[in-house]
Amino acid sequence: MASLIPCPHCGTRPRQEFSVRGDATPVRPAPMAADEVWNDYMHVRANPRGRIREHWQHIAGCRRWLVVERDNFTHEVFSVSDASLEQGGAR
Amino acid sequence: MRYSAFSIFKQALAGNLGWKPAWREPQPKPHYDVIIVGGGGHGLATAYYLAKEFGVRNIAVVEKGYLGSGNVGRNTTIVRSNYMLPGNEPFYEFSLKLWEGLEQELNYNVMLSQRGIISLYHNDSQRDHYTRRGNAMMMEGVAAEQLDRDTLKKMLPFLNFDHARFPIIGGLLQKRAGTARHDAVAWGFARGADRLGVDLIQNCEVTGIRRESGVVTGVETTKGFIGCNKLALAAAGNTSRVGEMAGLKLPIESHVLQAFVTEGLKPCIDHVITYGAGHFYISQSDKGGLVFGAEIDGYSSYAQRGNLATAEHVMEEGVTMIPGLSRVRVLRAWGGVMDMSMDGSPIIDRTPIDNLYLNCGWCYGGFKATPASGFCFAYLIAKGESHHVARALRLDRFERGFPIDEAGVGTQPNLH
Amino acid sequence: MTAFRLAAGGLVDRSQTVPFSFDGARLSGHAGDTLASALLANDRLLVGRSFKYHRPRGIVTAGPAEPNALVTVGSGARRDPNTKATVAELYDGLTATSQNRWPSLSWDIGAVNNLMSRFLSAGFYYKTFMWPAAFWEKVYEPLIRHAAGLGRTDLPRDPDGYEKSWAHCDLLVVGSGPAGLAAALVAARSGLRVILAEQDFALGGALLSETTRLDGEPPVVFARRVIEELQANPNVTLLARTTVFGWYDDNVFGAVERVQKHSAVVDAARPVERLWRIVAKHAVLATGAEERPLVFGGNDRPGVMTASAVSAYANRFGVAVGKSVAVFTNGSSGYRTARDLTSQGIEIAAVIDTRTNAADTAPDGVRLIRGGSVVDTKGRQRLRAIVTDRGGFEELLACDAVAMSGGWSPVIHLACQRGGKPVWSEALQAFMAPEVGAGLVIAGAAAGHYRLSECVEDGARKASAVVEALGHSVAGFDRPAVGEEVDPSFTALWHVPGAKSKAFVDFQNDVHTKDLGLAVREGFGHVEHAKRYTTGGMATDQGKLGNINAIGILAAMRGVSPADVGTTTFRPFYTPVSFGALAGTSVDEHAMPTRRSPLHGWAARNGAVFIDAGLWYRSSWFPKEGEKTWRDSVDREVRTVRENAGLCDVSTLGKIEVFGPDAAEFLNRLYCNPVLKLPIGKARYGLMLREDGMVYDDGTVSRLGEAHFLVTTTTAMAGGVLSHMEFATQVLWPDLRVRFLSVSDQWAQMSIAGPKARTILQAVVEDDLSDAAVPFLAAREVRLKGNLKARLFRISFSGELAYELAVPAGHGEAAADALMRAGQPHGLCAYGVEALNVLRIEKGHVTHAELDGRVTPDDAGLGRMMGSAKHDFIGKRLSTRFGLTAADRAQLVGLKALEADKDFRAGAHLLKDGAKPSTLNDQGWVSSACFSPTLGGHIALAFLKSGRERYGEKIVVWDQLRGVETMAEVCNPVFVDPENRKLMA
Repeated sequence: MASLIPCPHCGTRPRQEFSVRGDATPVRPAPMAADEVWNDYMHVRANPRGRIREHWQHIAGCRRWLVVERDNFTHEVFSVSDASLEQGGAR
Repeated sequence: MRYSAFSIFKQALAGNLGWKPAWREPQPKPHYDVIIVGGGGHGLATAYYLAKEFGVRNIAVVEKGYLGSGNVGRNTTIVRSNYMLPGNEPFYEFSLKLWEGLEQELNYNVMLSQRGIISLYHNDSQRDHYTRRGNAMMMEGVAAEQLDRDTLKKMLPFLNFDHARFPIIGGLLQKRAGTARHDAVAWGFARGADRLGVDLIQNCEVTGIRRESGVVTGVETTKGFIGCNKLALAAAGNTSRVGEMAGLKLPIESHVLQAFVTEGLKPCIDHVITYGAGHFYISQSDKGGLVFGAEIDGYSSYAQRGNLATAEHVMEEGVTMIPGLSRVRVLRAWGGVMDMSMDGSPIIDRTPIDNLYLNCGWCYGGFKATPASGFCFAYLIAKGESHHVARALRLDRFERGFPIDEAGVGTQPNLH
Repeated sequence: MTAFRLAAGGLVDRSQTVPFSFDGARLSGHAGDTLASALLANDRLLVGRSFKYHRPRGIVTAGPAEPNALVTVGSGARRDPNTKATVAELYDGLTATSQNRWPSLSWDIGAVNNLMSRFLSAGFYYKTFMWPAAFWEKVYEPLIRHAAGLGRTDLPRDPDGYEKSWAHCDLLVVGSGPAGLAAALVAARSGLRVILAEQDFALGGALLSETTRLDGEPPVVFARRVIEELQANPNVTLLARTTVFGWYDDNVFGAVERVQKHSAVVDAARPVERLWRIVAKHAVLATGAEERPLVFGGNDRPGVMTASAVSAYANRFGVAVGKSVAVFTNGSSGYRTARDLTSQGIEIAAVIDTRTNAADTAPDGVRLIRGGSVVDTKGRQRLRAIVTDRGGFEELLACDAVAMSGGWSPVIHLACQRGGKPVWSEALQAFMAPEVGAGLVIAGAAAGHYRLSECVEDGARKASAVVEALGHSVAGFDRPAVGEEVDPSFTALWHVPGAKSKAFVDFQNDVHTKDLGLAVREGFGHVEHAKRYTTGGMATDQGKLGNINAIGILAAMRGVSPADVGTTTFRPFYTPVSFGALAGTSVDEHAMPTRRSPLHGWAARNGAVFIDAGLWYRSSWFPKEGEKTWRDSVDREVRTVRENAGLCDVSTLGKIEVFGPDAAEFLNRLYCNPVLKLPIGKARYGLMLREDGMVYDDGTVSRLGEAHFLVTTTTAMAGGVLSHMEFATQVLWPDLRVRFLSVSDQWAQMSIAGPKARTILQAVVEDDLSDAAVPFLAAREVRLKGNLKARLFRISFSGELAYELAVPAGHGEAAADALMRAGQPHGLCAYGVEALNVLRIEKGHVTHAELDGRVTPDDAGLGRMMGSAKHDFIGKRLSTRFGLTAADRAQLVGLKALEADKDFRAGAHLLKDGAKPSTLNDQGWVSSACFSPTLGGHIALAFLKSGRERYGEKIVVWDQLRGVETMAEVCNPVFVDPENRKLMA
């Protein structure tokens, strides 16, 4: 991951073509959800060591937002998918 | 034993065989008044000040590796108090004042070298920003100077004045800023704490936090259960993992920051210099290596290593700022795991769990904070309330809407 | 004389004499020499001084692990400090200079440290220099700094160029010794795309200095045959002079190729170094093994070298390192060197073997001291004799060189750079590479197969496995018959007991055994503590030679196995890499791309002064004859706009075209103000928040059709806003039917502002521009005379009657020129971003100087824009947090100077009159300031605590950084035309 990212649309491309935003797990709550729910979404992160899901954008390629599922200690990538296709993800 | 030129002379005549260990290697006792998780700079400083200033003597520091194995031993050693926001500036200035007496305080030469930090700026809006920052410093009584291009040309003739994509138009100087020998800070606090009776327990990883009726009563470790009245976390990049053991979820993401050192050179760069058209910063160590870095790699990471793309970017910024670095060779790259907070500023606070105290969110600026972080954390643990310079560094400031966002980029940790 | 060129032998080209200089002395070597071999051929044993004690030091190795022979190569702006003489390729005109000595290499005053060494034990500086407190920085530290460091540089501008490349292959082979060549050959014959990288300038690795026979021929003949076959194979890339320095994620390797570092004349059209990023499906690490020094008293005397280096100098370079060489060994390798030397006619003073009952036999007539050791060396700047010890009996033995062999350490550096920890092998008494997965395998001596035949076999075997893994069939390769082989077994000996003088572990940093003892005694026995406390392993060689002995010594002192001590962390770079190579072409003006507006040519023709704004160059003002300062021009431009009209390039604004049935709904969620009911043909100011409730960007939203909008962003945030919109549509609301596209580069856009704007514009526009036809905030397509379709927006940043006209980028200059002609009779002028800034401050409009990422809409006086009735928009929910609605937040106000002779600058802070400066008393700050030609005085926009309640208050504008304090009156931030009469005209 830290050198190359397999973009589902463009193929494997160097990391320089991508930008990273952060944790892809939090889901934007309903507008009227409780304060704690919004606080969790905005500010609180599980931040585990190991398998994580992270938002990246292929900024110098297809410009799609991607969910990269990977290990944040070994940097092994398990999957990369288009964020808009995520089921139960960050919707 | 006390360190001095005389002790060196005396011991040298005895073949240097009489030196005593800098600290004991104690086995954990069953119970302590305070256990501090993390034997890095902040944890050791907390233990030292708790014992020295607040009369708590029954303290243990538990460290999963060796003392100083975290970020205190893998940073770029910069010490400064050139912050802008009222939540930060008094705290970092308090820290710098502690630095200025640290060698005598600890009887350990941490080699504080107040070489001055120069923050370059390259356009009018950056100049305005640094003016605001410089005036904020001066409001707090911290001396700052604005340097124009001609002054900089005389002071730092090696900067890129003639062929810069983003011309240098000036810089903000804090003369009292500088560098310190990072390992020595950990060792100095460790030795100081040990001499005050603090148990420094190395190779002791916390595997669980025991709670009874919601109250923390001790930690499970690889050396068994250790009980305590108060538990204080100073675990930097591993904060979330330790916090999780007590069911805490925190406003922290762990990221890797790379740092670099060149081969040793005769003195050629006097100050700490930071680049305004990028994130590059550089200084020269007493040993002669140019120590430098720039931005974090940007992705979540618990690995103490970075990637080549970021390294290349750092070098690009370096030669853009100082073209003469081009033929200088980089010796070594390393990485530290940063506890990036949601607003780029730290947290020293109680937690919703009784007897559990939190010190984290140092991002990549924790080294300079070491003494004040230790002092203020000790103050909080001992007195149950925040030290006045750390009052804004609250855990609940995000949900209450009081972020301390020096970069003005919001709640995305990798942008800070 | 000690060292000399042998009469024959070696791979150097004796027909080519290569002149060079060392410390000013003119010397010569041969093509194929390294600087080190040429220096030795000229009997230059002393080449450097150590870091701490400034002890005289000579060449120790014949490769990249060299700790001592660091010199500065080149002169002027082409100086390369700290170059290892042992890898520097000799070239015609090379100038080398010794380092870290004053006044000269042979007489170095810094050597006084050596006499003081017992007071300078490991970590001594942590224990002293603390009194008096001020002395550390004034006296002690400057002394230490000047004594420390190695090579010198004045940081001159580098005349040479660099570049970067990507490369892709099935198999990367690192190292071209027997294992590497075999691996590359098998892979290449099997049809793989192969890259073979070798740090040396000559391919062949150990085969270049090996004396046994392969198929009855010298190994170099075998090597050349393989290399020729590889060269002829189009699937193979051979990269000599290329050091693979790092192994990164996804099996990407970093390598640096020294393209022109071996020539005094540099072809400017080519880089001097090239960075390779090699994406390898598989890699074979065939990096060989490093011979360990022995840690004995006086082991740093010039003339003491590793045995393999002594052999390499004799066999590959035809250089004898001494006339009478003592071999000191703990294994069989020393005997090989003894044989190599005797066969060249070099005298062996003795072979001293630390083992008592080894089976090895010394060459005929050579004295063998079994169970012996060297405990001291004699001589000053070169070795004269050694003191040997056997069973307590000492003997002075004359010799002028020592070949030491302390056993072997596989070179596993790259394999351990990604977190894998080296594994101790009790059998090999060495740290081996960990299992790191199929992408990287270790072969040959790097994998502990030290015999030549094993190396070839292992290289071929490891490559065959890769071939099969990639689904190819393995092609045949006849293994060469290897002649007499050395079994390089040894009995580990971490330090030689009975040292009579300092026994060095880390040569360059002057760490000796007693330093390690002190570290352990003081509680710094952990390998990382010992390293950091003694600095052992932190020199430019990163402990390639010394670390293993340090680990062994620490283990012995702590009474544990080296496995329990472990190693320090292996990190990039294997050997140091220049900034230049890593930066490539991103230097100077090319550091970042340059963007020019489609109206750049128009602005230049009108005499603009350009200023960089992000990647853009924007016209900042247009000086006219007679104007002496920028202020003269800007004041005139402002007055002209307010009185007549001005034309300003605003093409750099971000422009994004939004389409789709849900376009309105999407923008309604994106902006904090309502967009849903925006009529077709109308524009509206838009404020975009971050989800945390702070202002992110502002711009305009224009509705061009029911399902067609055009939004603009600020210049700085054009990229960020696009990405933000993509996140919103792809991640937050993928169900919205909306598509958008950046059209920033497709349109040239100009603002025509001023009372006469309509008249001037009408001259070039076909359509009726009357207020009735094109009212304030109209946004519509128009047709220019000459039949060009354009877009017209009646919006104003200056507060004047104003329009923004957008035409296709290629027509921008023509349109601007036409407007200038049409405007000439009406006094139209070109104005730049400086005047624009003054105009907008006068009107109280905000930019990113105000919207600094910590500001809410209400702070900026725009709270009424928030569509509180809207169900949802980005930033709505968190904008109600306590801290964001607190009454004492800093709010946007205007400031008018009360002292005419004193100006304001942005960045000043605000204090109540009479209040003492302190963080607590800080009332706010000035965000933008200017001289207002319209008002005839200095004005500013500022953020002041509860500012909107404080209009009329007199306040101190505190700019201590400039030493200026001045009084100002707080006022409404709209200084000009608060009733918007001019705007609506």
